[in-house]
Amino acid sequence: MSFEQIKKSLLVSLWFMVLTFPIMVIRVNTIYHTVEWRWHRMFGVGISVFVLSFLWRYLMGRKEAGLKRKDRGEADILSRSQKLLHEPRFTRPAVIMAGAFIIAFPFIFSIYQTNIMITALIYVVTGLGLNIVVGLAGLLDLGYVAFYAVGAYSYALLNYHFGVGFWIALPIGGGIGMLFGILLGFPVLRLRGDYLAIVTLGFGEIIRLVLENWNAFSFGPSGIANIPRPGLFGVDFSLREATIYIYFLMIALALFTVFVVRRLQNSRIGRAWIALREDETACQAMGIDKTKTKLSAFAMGATWAGMAGVVFAAKTTFINPASFTIWESIIILCVVVLGGMGSAIGVIIGALVLILLPEYLRAFSEYRMLLFGAILVIMMVFRPGGVVSEVRQTYQFKGKGD
Amino acid sequence: MGYFLDLFLSGLTRGSIYALIALGYTMVYGIIQLINFAHGEIYMIGAFTALIVAGVLTIYGWNQMAIIFIASIVALLYSMGYGYTIEKIAYKPLRHAPRLSALISAIGMSLFLQNYVLLAQTSDFMLFPSLIPDFKFLTSFSHIARPSEFVIIISTAIVMVLLTFFIKFTKTGKAMRATAQDRQMAMLVGIDVNRVISITFIIGSATAALGGVLIASHIGQINFYMGFIAGIKAFVAAVLGGIGSMPGAVLGSLVLGWTESFFTGYVSSDYEDVFAFIFLVLILIFRPSGILGRSDTQKV
Amino acid sequence: MKPVLEVTKLTMDFGGLRALDRLDLIVQEGEIVALIGPNGAGKTTFFNCITGIYPPTKGEMFVYPNEGHPVSLKGLKPNQVTEKGLARTFQNIRLFPNMTVLENVMIGRHCRTKSGIVGAVIKDKRTRAEERKIVEDSYTILEKIGLTRYVNEFAKNLPYGAQRRLEIARALSTEPFLLLLDEPAAGMNPQETKALDALILKIRSEEKISILLIEHDMKLVMSLSDRIFVVDYGKKIAQGTPKEIQNDPAVIKAYLGEDIDA
Repeated sequence: MSFEQIKKSLLVSLWFMVLTFPIMVIRVNTIYHTVEWRWHRMFGVGISVFVLSFLWRYLMGRKEAGLKRKDRGEADILSRSQKLLHEPRFTRPAVIMAGAFIIAFPFIFSIYQTNIMITALIYVVTGLGLNIVVGLAGLLDLGYVAFYAVGAYSYALLNYHFGVGFWIALPIGGGIGMLFGILLGFPVLRLRGDYLAIVTLGFGEIIRLVLENWNAFSFGPSGIANIPRPGLFGVDFSLREATIYIYFLMIALALFTVFVVRRLQNSRIGRAWIALREDETACQAMGIDKTKTKLSAFAMGATWAGMAGVVFAAKTTFINPASFTIWESIIILCVVVLGGMGSAIGVIIGALVLILLPEYLRAFSEYRMLLFGAILVIMMVFRPGGVVSEVRQTYQFKGKGD
Repeated sequence: MGYFLDLFLSGLTRGSIYALIALGYTMVYGIIQLINFAHGEIYMIGAFTALIVAGVLTIYGWNQMAIIFIASIVALLYSMGYGYTIEKIAYKPLRHAPRLSALISAIGMSLFLQNYVLLAQTSDFMLFPSLIPDFKFLTSFSHIARPSEFVIIISTAIVMVLLTFFIKFTKTGKAMRATAQDRQMAMLVGIDVNRVISITFIIGSATAALGGVLIASHIGQINFYMGFIAGIKAFVAAVLGGIGSMPGAVLGSLVLGWTESFFTGYVSSDYEDVFAFIFLVLILIFRPSGILGRSDTQKV
Repeated sequence: MKPVLEVTKLTMDFGGLRALDRLDLIVQEGEIVALIGPNGAGKTTFFNCITGIYPPTKGEMFVYPNEGHPVSLKGLKPNQVTEKGLARTFQNIRLFPNMTVLENVMIGRHCRTKSGIVGAVIKDKRTRAEERKIVEDSYTILEKIGLTRYVNEFAKNLPYGAQRRLEIARALSTEPFLLLLDEPAAGMNPQETKALDALILKIRSEEKISILLIEHDMKLVMSLSDRIFVVDYGKKIAQGTPKEIQNDPAVIKAYLGEDIDA
């Protein structure tokens, strides 16, 4: 810590103290004409920025060192955590313990906590779905929540009008999600990356606003209540039993999603998605149909959102358009970005951390969205690959080596 | 005819505000090919800063002209500061990263700033003092439009003229145009590209903040969320005009302002925001290069 | 001898700029043909027109596959051109950096294989067999190109020369009958260039693939090519055997400038 650095950090913190002064410190009441001066906040800003600026510089230095290493042509060094994930001596007991914990969870903890876990699992599933679109195919979809809404409303409306049960609605919700994915994807997928982001955002908002305004169809802002929880051969569940049932259902759905995503990742289609993300022009020149490939990724992502939406409706038993704002899409994006674009394990970790942490650290929950915003920026600046980076399948060729 | 004229003027007012925001989008996009998602937040922060300053000065009993002047200047300066800082934190480190990364960073910044204001100030609507005075010379037109509408339209026009002169004739303006055309080349001929990018953010932020102050005092209330929808709509306007083109941004804004105004006036006001989004989707699908934009061919 | 590629009067305008001006070119079966010319002469644009990246303003382009009828390339998308049997490399290397070397080559097999999403999920017999075949075929290509020791490396971690060769391997795996190489020797040292020379000859003799290449390294061009086309300002200014080209006054003028006579 040189004198130069301290001076620089002092200047930075001074700059932020001045910059945040009106909004952080002053609070006016325009009706009663009173002012509240919150000077202590100014010092808070000063001290935290001072500390953060050192952290920033340290991380920046590390990042640059990493880039230089790459420039010299040295292979990426797998981090310790990464190696641990591939060490059977470590992973096997870890998987067994995690499995036991997952099974025991609803019996040890309260309904309230089981419900939180279900929410986290819904994010795992939507995160894995969005990961196909953003992480694998490299298409930034900011309207992802629209497909989630489509799934939820499919179940709610089918049930309301025709009494369709959960188990039938689940594949139908996925199917309608996929249909919407194809319908919306078809016109927009030839757009360049950043325009695609905005158009999908637009589509997401259009669907939400239509749900809000088209009372005859969707019951408007008041939403739909009394959506039945999933049944099991007509058995009557108590609230606790029903919650536990949904919990295991969600675990199964999450496992199924992981299974599907992992198989897709190393398949002919999955490779095409990744190639598309890496270099669109080269991908096309290698004989891959751009539109078809993008559409398949978009539709796959939408299918999973649709299914998660059905479960969401069944879990909360009440839905309204307010659950499906653009910010929901961004939270899911945050899950993918934090965990690691293209990595299934990463997305699971991302979802659990981002959803559970604010729930359990109550002091945090107020700052939830603020932190999500900061996470997006910080991850992009320092670790765009996420906490767990993508690992590609390797192949062994016996006796053929040169 | 009176109703038509009302809608025409309110469309022009809306369009002027969109134009003030859209300019920042289009300038930033022209130079670093980034959709600065946090731009709408700058507009919101401008309005909040003006409200806070005006609130404090009102309590200390300053006279109204002084309040207008000081509040606007402080709001502009602060927004410039925010614009500058945002670029340094969230975009500069990503200059050579894939565009997707910079875009995600921009979304994060937008989310952060919204919640920063929400937490530090309030989630409720705040009453904004009517900063724009009832100019005597305008009251004779008051049967046509409110004075604040005139002030918005006139100040926007002035800003446009000044900005055009700045870009066309000053040395910095020329450097900006050069950087927009070819950043590598600009660097080679000795233009400090980082400085140019900073200046672009600063100017864009200033016009957005002006828009924020004007619209707030026209409508009379603000909240932390106001920047998001306005930002998206201004972006629609910028794309409509042809992103990267400054006259395009103004033209696009006016077209959007009028169509929105007539649509809500004659058709339906329920679907006002839906309309803007549908507009966006249609433009991007059918004419992504906009009215005045050049279509860019990718280099292979 | 039969032609594999026949281009007639190909013209490409960018706004007011004519990048290609009524260009004629023929590649015969089994030939190595070079397209040369000063920087900005329109060589890469020519490649981009044939491979469907730019739609040409005017002109005809036909390929003659080993079996079947001649096919017009007009209006085809890049991936369709590749399906017809043309494969290309890029002037500025365009690999898939975060995929392994083997996967890069496997991508080339995409248009010759079929399995879809359902197959990928249930992994039925056919899909598994196809996947195994893709891996084996790709490995065979890597063996031919001599890149097997990098099989599981990320493409971005390869040395420069190996990246260039990987691009060729990736193009070969699409099973082309005509290979378009855009400055394959750019940035290579003399040793690497020599190895490339041998590799290109090997591709022609062993795989029966005709080759059209853009190149600035005149030594390589002269030793490899059966015929050379010279373009300048989008126009063809000369064509012939290496010997004929070497002594063509128009070519010398285009390369060395007007004042050579003065």
